[in-house]
Amino acid sequence: MPHFTKPAEGSWTEHYGIDTGPVSYEDSISPEHYELERDAIFRRTWLNVGRVEQVPRNGSYFTRELDAARTSVVVVRDMQGDVRAFHNICRHRGNKLVWNDDPREEVSGTCRQFTCKYHGWRYGLDGALTFVQQESEFFDLDKADFGLAPVRCEVWEGFVFVNLDDQDSTPVADYMGELGRGIAGYPFHEMTQVHRYRAEIGSNWKLFIDAFAEFYHAPVLHAKQSVADESRKLQGVGFEALAYDIDGPHSMVSSWGGMSPPKDLGMVKPIERKLRSGLFGPWDAPDIGIDELPPGLNPARHPAWGIDSFVFFPNFMLLVWKPNWYLTYHYWPTSYNTHIFEGTLYFVPPKNAYERLQQELAVVTFKEYALQDGNTLEATQTMLESRAVTEFPLNDQEVLLRHLHTTARRYVREHQERQKSTTPVRISAAS
Amino acid sequence: MSALPPDFADLEPFADWALPTEGARYGKRLDSTMDELEAFYDAAFPRLEAATAYLEQFGMDALPDDGKRLLWLFAALVTVSFPVEVWRQPRVPDSGASSIEAVAEPAV
Repeated sequence: MPHFTKPAEGSWTEHYGIDTGPVSYEDSISPEHYELERDAIFRRTWLNVGRVEQVPRNGSYFTRELDAARTSVVVVRDMQGDVRAFHNICRHRGNKLVWNDDPREEVSGTCRQFTCKYHGWRYGLDGALTFVQQESEFFDLDKADFGLAPVRCEVWEGFVFVNLDDQDSTPVADYMGELGRGIAGYPFHEMTQVHRYRAEIGSNWKLFIDAFAEFYHAPVLHAKQSVADESRKLQGVGFEALAYDIDGPHSMVSSWGGMSPPKDLGMVKPIERKLRSGLFGPWDAPDIGIDELPPGLNPARHPAWGIDSFVFFPNFMLLVWKPNWYLTYHYWPTSYNTHIFEGTLYFVPPKNAYERLQQELAVVTFKEYALQDGNTLEATQTMLESRAVTEFPLNDQEVLLRHLHTTARRYVREHQERQKSTTPVRISAAS
Repeated sequence: MSALPPDFADLEPFADWALPTEGARYGKRLDSTMDELEAFYDAAFPRLEAATAYLEQFGMDALPDDGKRLLWLFAALVTVSFPVEVWRQPRVPDSGASSIEAVAEPAV
């Protein structure tokens, strides 16, 4: 008997018209499939590369290594205050333009222009080539023809996105679809106290999204994070979401969150009782200047609501918590079985030391959970690669996983079909 | 010279926990024995309320150096609360060789 109402079809999975059969994880263990995903997904979708707060002033910039999309981009706020992005490559001989000691390491800072380390070519923040060393040595060089290669860059609710597909004209706000529209207007800009974590994970990128897109695992894998009585109770009850939603390639799960604050203080650890904070964040929500949540948050309008987790395809997760803070996850593939995970926590700046420590407890709790999740993933990847078992049953609380893998495979299939229809037939010289 | 405000002289033996970054505090936790973690926890935990009350007289932007160290020390209490209250070991159980690093955190 479900605790929370399911759709008339009897399950979320059938409600959204998703197949209920066993699934294959071949898409997460095949190097060939990953090579297709790089072009089919990571070069064809809007990718969130940061927040506008990372480019606070004209001349502020940061770089992003997009290994999966086979490039590096530099994002900059130009002298007019617009946020732009360019491929991070000098037009002269192809040197990486913006980097410090190690060209593979991402950098940030403030500058008036970009200067190539190699031969001193200089570019304005609008990408225009402004200076060529020994210009008269070149042959009919018109600087106007050698500006930085632009990358489409748009801002949605303060999140900076790039898209490497020059053919696609969909604005990012449209790409984010109904789920994006439903949370527009949430005051993300109030939450500027940032803690960012990064980890190299030995699994396919989709497997870590899988881990965070279902809470079925939480009462078991993280059992030891709760006091013993509470842990037994959680395992007995299991997990059911308040609601799921799927729109285009994106999806979301809405979950209860009885821990901020808990009904019974005996449920939580001594440090949580003392600091009034924990996994769900500080129990005392700061004022963020809104009377009502946007309609896309807590869509079931359930009083026990605690957190909404959005999976914006392909690799951006946004988690909005009831006590007025949010968390982002990004998964940046580096090969078919490795990726870089980033988890970033955003709070309203603390007014005093007590609030700072409340946030510290939420941050450190997130880290302790992520360490357990990260370790589990490497073990999963290794065993999936054994191919000892090739089909796996997923339950209704894992509907977002089915949707993610189905969507990713669809992008690859459509990409292959496009290639077939556009590749010119070669005629050999001998015929 | 004392590292912490005079009101917190009782915590001076643990002043080496006053580390400015989460990574350094976590590193010290992993390098400590459970006896060391429990000794620090037992001394600092009862002083948490007094410390935050003391620090509230300053704005977050105007903490004196010894006040900053006091705040870092209590951030370290948060770090060691996990092994002392639940794990019974310095490392996160079932975390194997996995690691995750803070690459940006607010300065205190």
